[in-house]
Amino acid sequence: MISLRDAALSYGERILWRDLTLDVAPGEFLAVLGPNGSGKTSLLRALLGQTPLSAGTLTIDGRPPRRGSALVGYIPQQKTLAPNTPLRSRDLVRLGIDGHRWGIGWGGPAVRRRVEELLADVGAAHYADVPVGLLSGGEQQRVRVAQALATDPRILLCDEPLLSLDLNHQRAITELLDRRRRTRDTTVVFVTHEINPILAMVDRVLYLAGGRFSVGTVSEVMTSQTLSELYGTTVDVIRTGGRIVVAGAVDGSGTPHHNGAVKEAAT
Amino acid sequence: MNDLWHQIFNFSDYGALLGLVKNSLIAGAILGLIGGLVGTFVIMRDLPFAVHGISELSFAGASGALLLGTNVMAGSLVGSVLAACAIGALGIRARDRNSIIGVLMPFGLGLGVLFLALYKGRAANKFGLLTGQIVAVDTVQLSWLTGTAAVILIALVILWRPLTFASLDPEVASARGVPVRALAPLFTIVLGLAVAISIQIVGALLVLTLLCTPAAAAMRVTASPVKAPLLSTLFATVSIVGGTLLALGSSIPISPYVTTISFAIYLVCRCIGAVRTRSTWGRREARPYASQGDARAEAPVARLAGKG
Repeated sequence: MISLRDAALSYGERILWRDLTLDVAPGEFLAVLGPNGSGKTSLLRALLGQTPLSAGTLTIDGRPPRRGSALVGYIPQQKTLAPNTPLRSRDLVRLGIDGHRWGIGWGGPAVRRRVEELLADVGAAHYADVPVGLLSGGEQQRVRVAQALATDPRILLCDEPLLSLDLNHQRAITELLDRRRRTRDTTVVFVTHEINPILAMVDRVLYLAGGRFSVGTVSEVMTSQTLSELYGTTVDVIRTGGRIVVAGAVDGSGTPHHNGAVKEAAT
Repeated sequence: MNDLWHQIFNFSDYGALLGLVKNSLIAGAILGLIGGLVGTFVIMRDLPFAVHGISELSFAGASGALLLGTNVMAGSLVGSVLAACAIGALGIRARDRNSIIGVLMPFGLGLGVLFLALYKGRAANKFGLLTGQIVAVDTVQLSWLTGTAAVILIALVILWRPLTFASLDPEVASARGVPVRALAPLFTIVLGLAVAISIQIVGALLVLTLLCTPAAAAMRVTASPVKAPLLSTLFATVSIVGGTLLALGSSIPISPYVTTISFAIYLVCRCIGAVRTRSTWGRREARPYASQGDARAEAPVARLAGKG
């Protein structure tokens, strides 16, 4: 579904990642992890066709990525919307269907039915008419999933969609994504700094750090050895009670901590 | 007291006066439509300060035209579009934008004051550009106004959906291929045109009463992207046409009437909105589904569960 060949992305002198060769299959759940500034979001931007690669090739379904492609759905981070934002849940979803087209667009019954379907699918039908500014974080993200699925995409790109959600909502959203890829073979690329909420459904992990990367299953990548090599310093990966805790990883600048500070890359 | 009242409201010879301001009433209706629609995006994009900034440069253009004895409407259009281009080109990010507007605004106002000081014509013309006027709309101006309004309407009809998307949900809009960055300066120019025709009637200082207040009021009572611009248009039209009709017999400029009606509508909408948010939209939180919900939805349910 997604195919990267010797791909590199750099801003000026700074190389985010390079020599990235990776094929993501339909229905695969790929988690993209790494410290801040390691190029996770830039990878999404490349997949969205917003940023060109500096080297190598990238194809989506056999073709180069195109901005606004209906093949790709995008779920952003939850963020606070102004309470008087003049959009209801149904309008947000509707923008996902035809918001990019010119003209006023009166919708019509077909569009309205599609919106109802999408909202019902994610369990958001009963707040279809609630202004988005009055939704809770979890409700908002449900609507976001519906919006991202509006074009019936083959790939879902998620940019930290669980950030600032509580555990119940994290579970609800990840279950929606998991169900979608199981029933419809939709590829999920999930950028996150916490692997634990999605641990049960991740097929492979792409770990980006310090200009390098590591790809593999969770048990291959999330080990002390792999991450230590990636970071070039000692990193301890501890598995405890079905959770993964990364200790001694790096801060946002990509340089290791030498003062022994412990940062949980995976809460 | 009675004298003062008659100064503010005077309806003698009303029928005869009405004939004299026919052009103004038509202009008012057009401005209500444009103000209501453009205002919707002004609020969505958080641009009230830009409206004010553009209007001061538009005022400079208009007073320059007055001094030179050319078409005032054309002058204010030139001023507006120049200001819009400057803001559009220099102020991509909100913080840059506000400081640029803050720099442009006093410069425009100063320029306008200079032109007016040099102008030797009728005093009412000068004052009118700042605070609005009622009988100034002749047929030539009305055709300028109608033409500009038509351009604005066509632009809005084409831009409506992607502009809404880009204004309210820029990240996803960009992912869906909406040219979010290109739309910003484009809309600023549309806004410039709207400001230029508005200052002819309500004056440079009070343009916000048309381009901000009605839309802000509408968005207090509805979150529907169809009803919001419709209500906003209705409020703007009622304010300006109503203001014109009330101002007719008095010697006072039109603006206080328009601004008062506009503000009163806003206050009423705020009250309605506050009541609605609490009752209608708030009630859903008690639904069983919300028990899976987060803090905001969970609180009332948890309380009920505790009592049960």
